[in-house]
Amino acid sequence: MLRWLIGGGREPQGLAEKSPLQTIGEEQTQNPYTELLVLKAHHDIVRFLVQLDDYRFASAGDDGVVVVWNAQTGEKLLELNGHTQKITAIITFPSLESCEEKNQLILTASADRTVIVWDSDTGRQVQRISCFQSTVKCLTVLQRLDVWLSGGNDLCVWNRKLDLLCKTSHLSDTGISALVEIPKNCVVAAVGKELIIFRLLAPTEGSLEWDILEIKHLLDHQDNILSLINVNDLSFVTGSHIGELIIWDALDWTMQAYERNFWDPSPQLDTQQEIKLCQKSNDISIHHFTCDEENVFAAVGRGLYVYNLQMKRVIACQKTAHDSNVLHIAKLPNRQLISCSEDGSVRIWELREKQQLAAEPVPTGFFNMWGFGRVNKQASQPVKKQQENATSCSLELIGDLIGHSSSVEMFLYFEDHGLVTCSADHLIILWKNGERESGLRSLRLFQKLEENGDLYLV
Amino acid sequence: MISAPDVVAFTKEEEYEEEPYNEPALPEEYSVPLFPFANQGANPWSKLSGAKFSRDFILISEFSEQVGPQPLLTIPNDTKVFGTFDLNYFSLRIMSVDYQASFVGHPPGSAYPKLNFVEDSKVVLGDSKEGAFAYVHHLTLYDLEARGFVRPFCMAYISADQHKIMQQFQELSAEFSRASECLKTGNRKAFAGELEKKLKDLDYTRTVLHTETEIQKKANDKGFYSSQAIEKANELASVEKSIIEHQDLLKQIRSYPHRKLKGCDLCPGEMEHIQDQASQASTTSNPDESADTDLYTCRPAYTPKLIKAKSTKCFDKKLKTLEELCDTEYFSQTLTQLSHIEHMFRGDLCYLLTSQIDRALLKQQHITNFLFEDFVEVDDRMVEKQESIPSKPSQDRPPSRSLEECPIPKVLISVGSYKSSVESVLIKMEQELGDEEYKEVEVTELSSFDPQENLDYLDMDMKGSISSGESIEVLGTEKSTSVLSKSDSQASLTVPLSPQVVRSKAVSHRTISEDSIEVLSTCPSEALIPDDFKASYPSAINEEESYPDGNEGAIHFQASISPLELGETEEGSRENTPSQIDSCCIGKESDGQLVLPSSPAHTHSDEDGVVSSPPQRHRQKDQGFRVDFSMENASPSSRDDSCEGFSAYELDPSHLLASRDISKTSLDNYSDTTSYVSSVASTSSDRIPSAYPAGLSSDRHKKRAGQNALKFIRQYPFAHPAIYSLLSGRTLVVLGEDEAIVRKLVTALAIFVPSYGCYAKPVKHWASSPLHIMDFQKWKLIGLQRVASPAGAGTLHALSRYSRYTSILDLDNKTLRCPLYRGTLVPRLADHRTQIKRGSTYYLHVQSMLTQLCSKAFLYTFCHHLHLPTHDKETEELLASRQSSFLKLTLGLVNEDVRVVQYLAELLKLHYMQESAGTSHPMLRFDYVPSFLYKI
Repeated sequence: MLRWLIGGGREPQGLAEKSPLQTIGEEQTQNPYTELLVLKAHHDIVRFLVQLDDYRFASAGDDGVVVVWNAQTGEKLLELNGHTQKITAIITFPSLESCEEKNQLILTASADRTVIVWDSDTGRQVQRISCFQSTVKCLTVLQRLDVWLSGGNDLCVWNRKLDLLCKTSHLSDTGISALVEIPKNCVVAAVGKELIIFRLLAPTEGSLEWDILEIKHLLDHQDNILSLINVNDLSFVTGSHIGELIIWDALDWTMQAYERNFWDPSPQLDTQQEIKLCQKSNDISIHHFTCDEENVFAAVGRGLYVYNLQMKRVIACQKTAHDSNVLHIAKLPNRQLISCSEDGSVRIWELREKQQLAAEPVPTGFFNMWGFGRVNKQASQPVKKQQENATSCSLELIGDLIGHSSSVEMFLYFEDHGLVTCSADHLIILWKNGERESGLRSLRLFQKLEENGDLYLV
Repeated sequence: MISAPDVVAFTKEEEYEEEPYNEPALPEEYSVPLFPFANQGANPWSKLSGAKFSRDFILISEFSEQVGPQPLLTIPNDTKVFGTFDLNYFSLRIMSVDYQASFVGHPPGSAYPKLNFVEDSKVVLGDSKEGAFAYVHHLTLYDLEARGFVRPFCMAYISADQHKIMQQFQELSAEFSRASECLKTGNRKAFAGELEKKLKDLDYTRTVLHTETEIQKKANDKGFYSSQAIEKANELASVEKSIIEHQDLLKQIRSYPHRKLKGCDLCPGEMEHIQDQASQASTTSNPDESADTDLYTCRPAYTPKLIKAKSTKCFDKKLKTLEELCDTEYFSQTLTQLSHIEHMFRGDLCYLLTSQIDRALLKQQHITNFLFEDFVEVDDRMVEKQESIPSKPSQDRPPSRSLEECPIPKVLISVGSYKSSVESVLIKMEQELGDEEYKEVEVTELSSFDPQENLDYLDMDMKGSISSGESIEVLGTEKSTSVLSKSDSQASLTVPLSPQVVRSKAVSHRTISEDSIEVLSTCPSEALIPDDFKASYPSAINEEESYPDGNEGAIHFQASISPLELGETEEGSRENTPSQIDSCCIGKESDGQLVLPSSPAHTHSDEDGVVSSPPQRHRQKDQGFRVDFSMENASPSSRDDSCEGFSAYELDPSHLLASRDISKTSLDNYSDTTSYVSSVASTSSDRIPSAYPAGLSSDRHKKRAGQNALKFIRQYPFAHPAIYSLLSGRTLVVLGEDEAIVRKLVTALAIFVPSYGCYAKPVKHWASSPLHIMDFQKWKLIGLQRVASPAGAGTLHALSRYSRYTSILDLDNKTLRCPLYRGTLVPRLADHRTQIKRGSTYYLHVQSMLTQLCSKAFLYTFCHHLHLPTHDKETEELLASRQSSFLKLTLGLVNEDVRVVQYLAELLKLHYMQESAGTSHPMLRFDYVPSFLYKI
């Protein structure tokens, strides 16, 4: 693009040619984000963004600071200082309707082995828990029971008043990497390769004590589980480092579907010593999921995959959606999918239905191009499937947001205020719809004129 | 053919006077009416005609009781400026027109010496011999060792252009009043300190004497006193008397602020002090005790010494210097103020007036002028806001001199006004009117005033003034002032009275001048020549007669202020008369009335060279809006800061280089500092655009920028899209290897960059590190270093990554990469075939075009129906179509021009909202449009 600038046109083309990255150019008529605001308050990688309410969000990262922002104006509202090391998890604890304490709480866990509870309105540090044996890596709130759980090397259950209700025994040294609530007072925790189902026993007439019981271990994954989310009330989905996508029944914890196309174990095992293939395995690790009623969207390596729950197969994909690993994806209401990646860009995709059959076959076995030996055989089956079903979809790139100079860790979508992205370059960028902002500014302008009594309407 | 001498007026008046105009007349159709006052050396180019100095300067003189009038210092302190001009002689002149009422010594009916808190007098005088005209500001400072405790000083603004002095009289008066106030405040402080020391000495002497007397008493208990003892007793008595006198003086000097500043909330420090005084006065009547808890006593411990009974003669000792008289701090502050004045009034009168008009007009478009104008107007708005809040409801004074009342300064250099002014009736009328007003005021307002007593004084002094010779003639008086001659220091707490009743009628009658000196205007009308003066320096007056009889050569001019304006002035002062009887000059009045508290914005400190708040304008053109920065008393250093930070070069565009050679050096210095500062600002990329004026404010910079912009337009065929990028808010990166070239072009192109607000333009002159997204949000024009080494690859990579936010002008390869532009606006703004040749002209052309553009943006922004639906059912599409039709049809914008106006409208909105909302970040707006590569 700027070859003339660099002078010799010696752009590294190898990568681009090997895996054609879809580019969109500078004319992006469908991209609504024409205004940006750079927010700078952090001094290290910003890893987490969490929405507090309609107009506020909090950001946290490796500098141990939590900052509360106004998503509308970009104003920094609060800065919460308390952690001495990087923050590993952040979650909001919404206030109960019944409770007289209306304040929304923010829970943050840090590598300094503490969890701090903040008042999100005042920035006050409500309480600080420092009795952990290990770093808390995940937090989850069970709103129904009004308790929250912290997962590190063990699993602890806390109530709103921050009393430790009960805890499990030591689970593993690697610790719980993900934690999700499922029906029947159960939670599912991803610990290394296995999934553990816990049941929470609330106090009843019989016993006044809370208790937490290990119900079941699920050992179907071959590698570490990286992502775990609820699909709906009946199922949840997990993804592993080597590209296994498993959909589980949330009630009886059985496997509903197992997408093996991402994964072929034998070459992986054979060539584990080879650095190249280790990198490849990174290319198929499932970093993040998002889902809607019909589909599960998976960020697999550098690509994006759409897995249809009914058809139980991948219906659309972008093998190389980004130059580097996709870290976070989200589905917008308008059939749009947003992804952010280590390459520092954010891309906006639209899921379009392909009507014509003659379209390129959906390359489910995307290992083909890597040239793995046995892939061809396995890939043949889904291709047949695809021919059976007439409807297929494609992900079309409709815009990209370039602003960060380093990996974009996460983003947050506000219906009214646009998109917030956070990055390893210590910045947070607020992307806004320029046209709408312009209109809003006009509105405020005339409101102010009216307040000042300067408005004359003919 | 018209020969040059016919149209060009003479520059040397002496030659002309010797051989009168006798060249053959031109044919009627070619004749140009000659400038009617050419025969007085007043041709349009005669700025320096007959003058022996090269440009305007300020002279401070003293009437020394030892050596008579003597010049003390000039500003600028450069012998080149006043050249062969005789400062000694001129000092004599200006000191001889001091009409201050400086009563000193023992007024009848009073036991102790009284201090008089005299108003400064403001006089305009002309000296045709020297070709010099001066605004003269007299003031008296107190000195314990001086005769009558007073030392008369004066500050004079000396110019070769009499019109300048007359037309800028009010401005000069106000500015000099400020300087004078500063001197006097420092002086009061120093005087009080001196008195305290003296009192301690006396006290100590008394104790010593007392002990000695006691010893003597004990020594001879025979019942009779030796002559030695009697002598001691007498000495003791005289010391006692002296103590009482000095205590009284101390009380007087301390009571000054209370009387003087009553009702006008000057600086908080002073007010506290006043209250302190008041409480003291109420609680304790013992003057001995009141000496302790005072602000003035906060000084290092002083060891008292014995005072000899016979004090030394005053001629034996060295008089204090001006710096000693005032506190050093205050002295340097005054000097800063004076050099500020010198900068402010530098240049041609036309230029001063034009820029005043310019600023007055600019002020009217305060919503849009932040976009492309310089920063001089910033605090005007603040002042206006201040104004809108009734600053002092307690005095139920109407907010005098609002914007409407202070019209654009009228340029009255028309021939007609000159003619009429020769008759000199205007001022006289005004004078009488004023008298009546004042009489009324006095009758109604003043109760404890015995006119007879004052009349006596005045009568006496009038005689003095008449006897002082015909050589001095007062043409007009601006205002009356008061002579504070209080017979009782206790009564000084009440509002003092001014004897305006007997404002000298004599002075308002103008007679034909017999001499070369004419006093054209005085502020305090009492022509009171101190007795001292008459007694000791009769020669000063006699000297006048020895001058050539300048009946013809005498200067006949007058303040060309229209009667209307005078009426206004009079009105302004009349309004204030009830409350502030003793301060009748306008400068004073507004000082008292519009005093801003020393807010952070005013007392910014710029130690690191970059100021974080918008620069304050030092000069307001309207009296009513004059801001007292209240630094005189509160914090002497803050003024220094602000004055040094922005030496008047950039604050005040009104120096048209009266003498280029002299101002050149300083200007060049200035330009250096500017670039230095801007480079400082640019090296730290994290900073919000610094508030430091980007350096375009000075004429020289404008000229250079204009010239370079013109060069750019002629040199590059793709100048239009580049300028479009700047106008539409797309950051233009100027890439090059040579820093000087890049900086030059960036400075030139900066004239097209709209500002975000009252800060400096978002321009970064030179960057060498890879650009970041923050840079594009902050800067709209960036000079970027091209590095050939691999290190430079990062820079280029960042540039290509963020290419959608930037246009890139490559100076080395002469290419431009930016979006397409097909509008009509920029071609008019930057026509490469323009006939404009001069940089300053082009700059003005750009400014006017941009002003036009701003007004379009203003219309677009503030048209209600364009942005809000007129009824509920209206769809957004309808609104959008209305917007675009307004932009295209009503404003006549073509293609991409729409984007420019839209961008400016966004800036206007942000700025308007920002005024109240406080901090608002500038946001980066961009479009997803393809870029093209242009080559030469």
